[in-house]
Amino acid sequence: MTDTVAELRKTPLNARHRASQARMVAYAGWDMPVEYSGITNEHLAVRTRAGLFDVSHMGQIEIAGADALAAVQRISCNDASALAVGQAQYSGLLTPEGTFIDDMVVYRMAPIHFMLVVNASTAAKDFAWISEQIKPAGQVAAVDTSSRYALIAIQGPASREVLQPLTGVSLEDLGYYHFGHGEVAGARATISRTGYTGEDGFEVFVPPNMADRVWQALLEAGRAADVIPCGLGARDTLRLEAGMRLYGNDIDETTTPVESGLNWIVGWKKDAFIGHERLRDQKKNGTERRLVGFEMIDRGIARHGYPVVAGDRRVGVVTSGTQTPFLKKAIGMAYVPTDLSATGQEFDIDIRGRASRARVVSLPFYKRARA
Amino acid sequence: MAYPAELKYTKDHEWIRVTGDTAEVGITDYAQQQLGDVVYVDLPDVGREISAGESFGSIESVKAVSELFAPMAGEVLEVNPTLKDHPEMVNSDPHRTWMIRVRLTDPDSTKSLLDSTQYEGILT
Repeated sequence: MTDTVAELRKTPLNARHRASQARMVAYAGWDMPVEYSGITNEHLAVRTRAGLFDVSHMGQIEIAGADALAAVQRISCNDASALAVGQAQYSGLLTPEGTFIDDMVVYRMAPIHFMLVVNASTAAKDFAWISEQIKPAGQVAAVDTSSRYALIAIQGPASREVLQPLTGVSLEDLGYYHFGHGEVAGARATISRTGYTGEDGFEVFVPPNMADRVWQALLEAGRAADVIPCGLGARDTLRLEAGMRLYGNDIDETTTPVESGLNWIVGWKKDAFIGHERLRDQKKNGTERRLVGFEMIDRGIARHGYPVVAGDRRVGVVTSGTQTPFLKKAIGMAYVPTDLSATGQEFDIDIRGRASRARVVSLPFYKRARA
Repeated sequence: MAYPAELKYTKDHEWIRVTGDTAEVGITDYAQQQLGDVVYVDLPDVGREISAGESFGSIESVKAVSELFAPMAGEVLEVNPTLKDHPEMVNSDPHRTWMIRVRLTDPDSTKSLLDSTQYEGILT
């Protein structure tokens, strides 16, 4: 490590964002668009029509070889043996203490070839950890393939009708958390029915030199449906409404899947995997704290880092919070003592010196109507 | 958007409309652009005495919260009732959406504020 400020990394769409007057910010070492036309406008576009996101900053790590499944089973807390080729699952990369090094989506590309999509801020740490941990697994190698892909997400109810004319892959036949290979606007592409918004939508992996062409083709195809480009700001408010955890805010190296309400991403029937003892112990004996969703009863917006208080005692912490553009409520997530975690339970949040009442609600805050 | 010549400005990106010994305070177009979509404006109680430089409230956008600082000392006479249900007015019409109206302790204190030309100067 040096003290010099590293130059920000740029996605293949950087020039396009700047030419489009997007507001840019430094995020996880990348120069990224935070908003184009405004967070509210972009958020509502995704809930009602569709929005386009550049998420090329996300990392990709591929694991392949005769013993690839055993390697993935060791490092990933979910059960990768349940994946068919062409299917993906949400999972965690855990420390031996069962806490999150990262959260990720695990894609089964072939019987002995997996791709992990990981967070930009943790990609280097993840790759170093994985490379070390899979050594005892036998015939298997991990490669950081992040630079081989640009990643474009189209999210919202109109996504399918906008994307379908640009590809021969039948999107109707692509189930949720499934993916297929083909072309999009003439570019070699992997299309995955996944996302981070709570809406139907797709994430499209394309070669970096084709990213601008695919981005422009999607905007053109989406013109009639008024599809607009969106930034990281709307991505954050959308994922929060959908109750999805953000690494570095809601989960990190001090919290486990059990504490954060993610029991469903743990392969409980699997044999040993990194961190499993702690998780099994927590599942059996309970935890002192839990991540809950809350909405504000009093006026005010609770933000990341604000204390949850009982009288003058600090008993927990807000991990994410905003006023959501679609539900038009102040909502958030917080770690609270387990005896305060039941739905309907009330607690106070210290909003800049003022104790403000909040109520536990079940996650997600927003759930789309499924066809 | 032009910065109206009849308003005074601070380097904290607030504007002040002085009428006799009272003044209305709002935030500038530049400030609202930096904040993004405003969703909540937290204002003081009527009757509160505020001193120059003191935080008198806060303004929340979807992405962040920022403090409002009193450009001059005075007593809060009124808070804009429209903002409770329509905080987005701060974005759509920043220079006409005042937040508080105050009786100035010292009306001469407004002379040290920036005029529109000086304010535009610090933005470039």
